[in-house]
Amino acid sequence: MEQQTHTVRIAVCVKQIPDPANPGKLDAETKTLVRDEKLILDESDSYGVEMALQMAEATEGEVVAVSMVPEGSFGGLRTALAMGADRAILVSDEALAGSDALGTAKVLAAALRRAEPDLILTATESTDGYTGTVPAQIAELLGLPSVTFARSVSLGDGEATVQRQTEAGYDEVLCPLPAVLSVTAGAVEPRYPSFKGIMAAKNKPVDRLGIAELGIAAAEVGWAGARAEIVEVAPVPAREAGETVTDDGSGHERIVAYLEEIKVL
Amino acid sequence: MALGTVWVHVEAAPGGVASASLELLAAARRFGETIEAFCAGGAPAAAEVGEHGASVLRRLECPAEALVGPALSASLAEAVATSDDPPAVILFATTYDGRDLAGRLSARLDVPVITNVTGLEARDGALVGVEPIFGGTVNVHTRFVGCGPQIFLVRPKSFPAEPSGGPPARPVDLPTVDCGAAGAARVIGRRAEQSAGPKLDEAAVVVSGGRGLGEAGKFEMIEQLAGLLGGAAGASRAIVDAGWVPYSQQVGQTGKVVKPEVYIACGISGATQHLVGMKNSRHIVAVNKDPEAPIFGVADLGIVGDVHRVLPRLIEALRARA
Repeated sequence: MEQQTHTVRIAVCVKQIPDPANPGKLDAETKTLVRDEKLILDESDSYGVEMALQMAEATEGEVVAVSMVPEGSFGGLRTALAMGADRAILVSDEALAGSDALGTAKVLAAALRRAEPDLILTATESTDGYTGTVPAQIAELLGLPSVTFARSVSLGDGEATVQRQTEAGYDEVLCPLPAVLSVTAGAVEPRYPSFKGIMAAKNKPVDRLGIAELGIAAAEVGWAGARAEIVEVAPVPAREAGETVTDDGSGHERIVAYLEEIKVL
Repeated sequence: MALGTVWVHVEAAPGGVASASLELLAAARRFGETIEAFCAGGAPAAAEVGEHGASVLRRLECPAEALVGPALSASLAEAVATSDDPPAVILFATTYDGRDLAGRLSARLDVPVITNVTGLEARDGALVGVEPIFGGTVNVHTRFVGCGPQIFLVRPKSFPAEPSGGPPARPVDLPTVDCGAAGAARVIGRRAEQSAGPKLDEAAVVVSGGRGLGEAGKFEMIEQLAGLLGGAAGASRAIVDAGWVPYSQQVGQTGKVVKPEVYIACGISGATQHLVGMKNSRHIVAVNKDPEAPIFGVADLGIVGDVHRVLPRLIEALRARA
């Protein structure tokens, strides 16, 4: 008898961010972030993409990359496709500008509902916003279990066994699917897109959606939906640098003397 | 200025209530009229929570193998909706469970969260959260507009924990709410990876290593130094990602925030990700080959030199004193 192949569909949420090497500035007058227009794949998300690809390769599964932006940027999603994701869903709408974490989670949850994945992977937090709340918010909106801070995931039949970071070490968690897992940096080694992958990405299907198609009202997201406001932006006085000396073979003595001075020794 | 009732999430740690939770209680006392704590499971003691200022401890009966996020957030949402005195503010610490809870509760109540808070100020009848951005060079002050409980996620070590000498908190049961599939994950094993010596986030001395060590085996020098100084060994994200050191030893934005008497950074360049986790240490010593490394910008004593030369000599000198 022919063995049936189990296929899974893995959705991976990716954030497209300005290059962190060029972080932009906060406009003190309008209290908004002024940043580079060109967006790239958040490095934090490359681990989820890689994990999804490895799972799909082992199960003949499918990887769907999901992202939202206000202005149609596609650079980060293209990287995910070039790494090997099969297709992408891009939610792009002017009304999304200024969305907070909950607004973002609502949009992603709606897009994910359409993808009907068996598993949803995210980063633990984005590099630029780092609220770290979106994975749990998505899970709650979708009524799914979640295991955050996953450093290792093995996929079983209808369930995942996850090593979840804790303050002291890790917990082993058994989680039925579908579920949301947030993946720590370093959990896997992300691949670089190959030339073939980059070329193939150009022909992969991309589902472009506005929020109306997801049944989301403009008032729920973006500036309109963000029910918090910045009241002040203040520079922090820099910590004063102390003395820096070049080691001439007696650097360790300077350290010992300093530790004595501050009474640690 | 008082802002009504504040609910504070308290977590258990070996030996009592987690220090991050006690810090939250101390923060809440600065602006709250009534401080009430809540938790899942039986561990946090009403006496200790009361001693730190909470008058009530709401407790959810929760199986030990459950992840607390779904069950406790569902229960809290119900408690908020049915309370005679609903909280104006709900505080969570930026811990693994704290982030899960704040996220799920936010979605359930449909209110946003202000995250990464390192300061809280009452201003014009509202609470303002202070969040550092750009690696802590700029503080953004944010407040909620609209109604619903104001949920804040507060970074550990932002407030000093101090007892206020209150009586034991009055125990109150939280309602059990069925959270369906969301609550179906189960913990089947708990593993500790704690190294010997004091805990990283409580040690008076922290010695950390980074990429400059060159290879995983050299982290031993960091552990030896930490041992000789009675401190804890920490690591930069780079070498945790590389698999040299477990995540539980990571210092930084995504790891632990430390505030020791002295922090000794070895072979760490000082990416903002790392600086956020250690720059409020009382004293900072840095050893790095690169004179331009940003770590020297926050160091009280900087040694421009090779860790492979400086550290063995330092270890030898400390051994000679012992």
